[in-house]
Amino acid sequence: MNSDRHPLREVGSFNCLCADGSFTSSVFDGSQCNLLDDVVSVEEDQPPLEDYCTCSLPHFESAEPPDFEQFPLECLRQGRRRRLVNNSCNSNPVSFEISGNKSQRSVRHKSVQFEDTFLLREENPRLIYINDPRKTNDKYEFSGNEIRTSKYTIITFLPKNLFIQFHRLAYLYFLAIAALNQLPPLAVFGRTVSLFPLLFVLCVTAIKDGYEDWRRHRSDRNENNRESLVEQSGGFRLKKWKKIQAGEVLKILANETIPCDMVLLGTSDPSGLAYIQTMNLDGESNLKTRYARQETALAVSEGGRISGLVRCEQPNRNIYEFTANMEFKGQKFSLSQSNIVLRGCQLKNTEWIIGVVVYAGQETKAMLNSAASPSKRSKLESYMNRETLWLSIFLFVMCLVVALGMGLWLLRHNEELDTLPYYRKRYFTHGRDDGKRNKYYGIPMETFFSFLSSIIVFQIMIPISLYITMELVRLGQSYFMIEDKDMYDSSSCSRFQCRSLNINEDLGQIRYVFSDKTGTLTENKMEFQRASVCGKNYGGSLLMGDSLQEKNIAVTQRRWKLKSEVSVDSALMALLHKDVVGDERIAAHEFFLTLAACNTVIPILTHGTSSSCINGEFHEDVEAIDYQGESPDEQALVSAASAYGYTLFERTSGHIVVDVNGEKLRLDVLGLHEFDSVRKRMSVVIRFPNGAVKVLVKGADTSMFSILANGTEMDDHITNATQSHLSEYSSQGLRTLVVAARDLTETELETWQCRYEDASTSLTDRVVKLRQTAALIESNLKLLGATAIEDKLQDGVPEAIEALRQAGIKVWVLTGDKQETAISIGLSCKLLTSDMQQIIINGNSEDECRNLLADAKSKYGVKSSNGRNQNLKCNKNAETGNLKVPVNTKSSNVPQWYAGKEDGVPSVPLALIIDGNSLVYILEKDLESELFDLATSCRVVLCCRVAPLQKAGIVDMIKSRTDDMTLAIGDGANDVSMIQMADVGVGICGQEGRQAVMASDFAMGQFRFLKRLLLVHGHWNYQRVGYLVLYNFYRNAVFVLMLFWYILCTAFSTTSALTDWSSVFYSVIYTSIPTIVVGMLDKDLSHKTLLRYPKLYGAGHRQEAYNLRLFWITMVDTLWQSLVLFYIPLFTYKESSIDIWSMGSLWTIAVVVLVNIHLAMDIRRWEVFTHVAVWGSIIITYACMVVLDSIPVFPNYWTIYHLAKMPSYWLTILLIIVIAILPRFLFKVVHQIFWPSDIQIAREAEILRRHNYLGLKQDHSSS
Amino acid sequence: MASKGATSSGGAKDGTSDSSSSSKKNSKKPKYSRFTQQELPACKPILTPGWVITTFIVVGIIFIPIGFASLFASEWVVEIVDRYDEDCVPRNYTYNQLAYIQSSETNKTCTKRLIVPKQMKSPVYIYYQLDNFYQNHRRYVKSRSDKQLRSRASEGDTSSCKPEAVGGNNYPIVPCGLIAWSLFNDTYGFSVKNKALEVSKKNIAWKSDQEHKFGSDVYPKNFQSGGLIGGAKLNASIPLSEQEDLIVWMRTAALPTFRKLYGKIETDLEANDEITVVIQNNYNIYSFGGKKRLVLSTTSWIGGKNDFLGVAYLTVGGLCLFFAISFIFLYVIMPRPLGDPSYLSWNRGQVN
Repeated sequence: MNSDRHPLREVGSFNCLCADGSFTSSVFDGSQCNLLDDVVSVEEDQPPLEDYCTCSLPHFESAEPPDFEQFPLECLRQGRRRRLVNNSCNSNPVSFEISGNKSQRSVRHKSVQFEDTFLLREENPRLIYINDPRKTNDKYEFSGNEIRTSKYTIITFLPKNLFIQFHRLAYLYFLAIAALNQLPPLAVFGRTVSLFPLLFVLCVTAIKDGYEDWRRHRSDRNENNRESLVEQSGGFRLKKWKKIQAGEVLKILANETIPCDMVLLGTSDPSGLAYIQTMNLDGESNLKTRYARQETALAVSEGGRISGLVRCEQPNRNIYEFTANMEFKGQKFSLSQSNIVLRGCQLKNTEWIIGVVVYAGQETKAMLNSAASPSKRSKLESYMNRETLWLSIFLFVMCLVVALGMGLWLLRHNEELDTLPYYRKRYFTHGRDDGKRNKYYGIPMETFFSFLSSIIVFQIMIPISLYITMELVRLGQSYFMIEDKDMYDSSSCSRFQCRSLNINEDLGQIRYVFSDKTGTLTENKMEFQRASVCGKNYGGSLLMGDSLQEKNIAVTQRRWKLKSEVSVDSALMALLHKDVVGDERIAAHEFFLTLAACNTVIPILTHGTSSSCINGEFHEDVEAIDYQGESPDEQALVSAASAYGYTLFERTSGHIVVDVNGEKLRLDVLGLHEFDSVRKRMSVVIRFPNGAVKVLVKGADTSMFSILANGTEMDDHITNATQSHLSEYSSQGLRTLVVAARDLTETELETWQCRYEDASTSLTDRVVKLRQTAALIESNLKLLGATAIEDKLQDGVPEAIEALRQAGIKVWVLTGDKQETAISIGLSCKLLTSDMQQIIINGNSEDECRNLLADAKSKYGVKSSNGRNQNLKCNKNAETGNLKVPVNTKSSNVPQWYAGKEDGVPSVPLALIIDGNSLVYILEKDLESELFDLATSCRVVLCCRVAPLQKAGIVDMIKSRTDDMTLAIGDGANDVSMIQMADVGVGICGQEGRQAVMASDFAMGQFRFLKRLLLVHGHWNYQRVGYLVLYNFYRNAVFVLMLFWYILCTAFSTTSALTDWSSVFYSVIYTSIPTIVVGMLDKDLSHKTLLRYPKLYGAGHRQEAYNLRLFWITMVDTLWQSLVLFYIPLFTYKESSIDIWSMGSLWTIAVVVLVNIHLAMDIRRWEVFTHVAVWGSIIITYACMVVLDSIPVFPNYWTIYHLAKMPSYWLTILLIIVIAILPRFLFKVVHQIFWPSDIQIAREAEILRRHNYLGLKQDHSSS
Repeated sequence: MASKGATSSGGAKDGTSDSSSSSKKNSKKPKYSRFTQQELPACKPILTPGWVITTFIVVGIIFIPIGFASLFASEWVVEIVDRYDEDCVPRNYTYNQLAYIQSSETNKTCTKRLIVPKQMKSPVYIYYQLDNFYQNHRRYVKSRSDKQLRSRASEGDTSSCKPEAVGGNNYPIVPCGLIAWSLFNDTYGFSVKNKALEVSKKNIAWKSDQEHKFGSDVYPKNFQSGGLIGGAKLNASIPLSEQEDLIVWMRTAALPTFRKLYGKIETDLEANDEITVVIQNNYNIYSFGGKKRLVLSTTSWIGGKNDFLGVAYLTVGGLCLFFAISFIFLYVIMPRPLGDPSYLSWNRGQVN
């Protein structure tokens, strides 16, 4: 057919990623393309591939029969291993990203014959008949374009809402208890009373849900009733969005929103180009190009009805992939991501587009992507669940005691039961009931019922309301975090965002921070700094573009102006304007041509901007040119090229126009191989006006030097010079790219074109095939030079990292950058210090890595992983030990002891630097533990050249091997997997779009806010929630225990002395408000103190606010308090005429006052709200009791009035409070005197303002 | 604080066209307020040695006088307790108390003599005390109908009263339920030196109960007409609101040992007076091993005779003073300067 009969002459050497460290190469018969497909698919079906390897295949010359070539297959470990990873991550390469636009522009239209087998392998493709919606929707019921984000309709609201609400365990518990209470033998509470809490919660939630859904309905309605132009009976007429169907042809005008996913057929641009803005989809504000296929674009411009068949994959949520092909006028060609526009995008800079609907309504990628990310559960909450289990055991034991007591009591009084004046199981009336039993079911059943009814009475032992309370408290905490003015980024106008409400308190316990570098530590504003052209270094002396501008204009007579200013190097500039034609001059020319051409940047011309007004007199038709691209690196490079006189002027699907010093150069683009994370380079094949064809390549140095031509000595010299320049650049923290090019011969071109056609129209494994095709031309390249781009550090990064480190948080940087770059950035942000011992793991095979790790471990005395738990502990000790030493004491006499302490090996701070290649081998299980041991004993870990999934792998390693909390922070799509993997994911709203933000739990504008987020808010949240949980356990348990003791005095008959309403109100009204207020507002330390002493963060690491010991102490205290609560009234009113309601009233008020005083004693900051809440609830309790006792219906009528007259009532309450609180108070005082916690000391210092001790600034917030 | 708020809000309001555009740009910026920045004025209590010692001393100083006062009040109360359930059973029935009490033939009258230890000022309250009687049993507590007790219209509202809800002829029992059915029916007659003491049975129940819970138009019906007689019968011509014994009884006791007010003696009793009590020992506590006591007691501001409050207050007060002194010593012997950074965990290692 095409290149089949030409043996592939050169395969070159490839970097390939293979499974299990072995090559998977296969024999390939060039004559049958589909065989390759089969082979690839077989390879792809292999079990999850575990590792990466880089291997260079030897050059296979045709020693074998020409038809058979060894062909390397590249297999990337896909997201299969960790399915939670967003699909989109895979397509996003590591460091310099040129993702997205696949511009496979076919210049030659060649219809590729697909064999039947090929189509058969397509799994159930979706068939769209263009302009024939009826036929399209004939067989399959594709969804219409009506969208519904609302959950309910009026009819389904009640059942569905209830159904969803009862998914919560808490509500089921409520329901079960309420249902139990409805059974006649068990009716402990009044039936309506027992339903009250459940109904209350259900109603509130239902109203909230209903209101939200009503708003969704409204927005859906608006959305569905928007109109678009749809081809109907020969012309474009307006049609409501909800009526649009798959298969219809739509016309979208400029600035309109796209109603559904459409394949472009034609645009106002003759070459079929369209620009869209995908802000609504992924938050990226730059314009992206989409192309209509030439074939259809022509047909559209000719007018007339278009008909054809689109065969596309089933709807999926990957917005970066689209695989389809189209049959049109007998031709068959492929469609890809660049041919589709998605719902929610806006059309920009293009008059109109015409497209056919392929996915509509709920099946559009935008709608499929709207699902929420999985929710995380905080660690404290999981501990809390463990303790809840203990409480359940207590509950069970208590119920068992009551039930057994009941059984034994019945057994003992079995003879008398019939006549007991206070029990009476029989009727003794002269009626039909005479002699029958009254509510008596035999001893075993009575015992069982007693068990159930005691569950009802003791139900609040399980603090179900705590979950609701915690939600409210976290909501309040989130409010304060969002409103914090110190976490507002004025440069991007972005507030702090809480996207997840469940894990606020985790922020107070973070031990590992995994940070992306680009855009997170750095600003991701790229500046072209240095260039190495033909072995010469330029850029040492840079002049601002402004000062050169006049000269430039004079020379180039350019009529436009860059929007961004770029500084240029005069020597290089001079070289470019040399008239002499020499090697160097040509290399420089090609160098900048590559920079201008080999990218996916779109130039946007705008007329007469205000900035050009200054020079307006001289250049009346000044045009401003703005480059829009997905990668800031590319933008920087193109801008730089422009500054040197190579201005990318126009880009369409088939050609680009470069303005070379005023001369317009039109280059046909024959093909473009996008950047991907495997090849780490990008290439473009262009045809010059004179017919010469060149391939221009740029890429990472590691991937480039291996594919350079082995040429003359001169070349070697240049290569060496460039390499030394590169290492120089990267040591300065610059990002480097290598630029190369070569001419293509006709035969090479043809071979490549055939394969390219084939690969780019293939429906399956297109990526792999394109990669193989790229390998054909990306070989034997001529080195042109290298570029260096500066990535500036964000404000406050070194300080933030220093503070985090002092706080005992380990900061690991995971970057896709080169090792040298990473180290230099590490140095500049104080992550690495000069006194650190750097361990560099840079292995190329499993054995090498193992040896390197073993060496490092033995050298620095890191204990081996036998008995990992011990070791873990050891490490932790070591860390706490390390904390004692002030970080800045370089010449400290106290050596810093690490895990090697026992071995007597003194160690200096270690820094581990490891690259992605080594990680490929090491993340295999057996080496992973070695790495873990080494890494955890290092102060800093720097991983460079890591792929997105490796980032997640490293996070996973720490997560699975320790109990420590991890936080991942990043800004780009490549950080998504890491963000989702970590316990806490933080997104930076930066330059690289919003994907990281969408996947994160918290989002903010700058890295430095992390310091405040963790040290201040994290600390507060943790302290607050920790106390909240303990207090709520106590609050409920003390009440239940009090009831329990009483039941022991009532012949185990589950009588409650409290009125039903008091029992219900206890946790709902009487005591709920103060906990919420305190959970939101209480602060132990001011933010100034916390920021000043980052080590106070260690309280979270040591789990000081909530741990099992505290739980048991609380429970013992609870036991004591409940005994006091019960027995003091008992002794006071022993042998008196007190009645059950008075006693109940006394107990109610005593327990409410007690728990509030208990809380009051622990409050560390009394604000107005706290006062109102605490004293208010006591007052409200009294008010409620007065009201309840004033209703004659209740048996407790007038009780409180009688009680209040008795002095003994008041004395009893006072006595209860004092005796109950006394042990806790004593414990607290003694603890604070002899074992003061860090927080306690800092608090004392802060309040007593011992500036001379701690040098604290005056805290203005204190009154 | 107020001035700050005024300037910031003023700035926003006074904004002219260009400043409004800038404020629009900054609209996402959180507005400063002490609340949102968590900087509200607050009192931050701290357990300084001074506070701790003061607290203990204050508690001690308050508690000890209260303790003495309560103890004196309790001492001042004169109480005579006499258990009569066993004494009032004739010898020959000692081993068959149940038969004695259940038989209608036997003579239930029993005479006891009590010596007044100290002068008892009027009013002297007469209580009966029952032991091991679970008036707080759930089945018992619930076996009543407040609606029925309150109004004549709800006479038939007896569903909660089982098994004493309706009589043999299916007419509702008024008052229904086990509580009323088991009404205490021992009676006491008192005389000193052969002169009968008048026992006032008025105003022994709560006024609120009489007025609002027990209807003045509700009369006992079908009461104690079943196969098993539980206790006292009621005079069907007196409305429930006047049946104070019943009202007292229906306020069920909190604990299995309880006293209920029987009546009041409105005359003073002198020390060493011998009171003759004639007891009608009707109430059956023998079937479940209960006890019956007759209690004569004066009262004080603290209530009846109970030393517990006084002793407890004295103990706690003493304990607090003891703690206060101990802490003073502790602070003197082992002072820890507050807020001393050398005690911080990361500094402790260095100091040593």
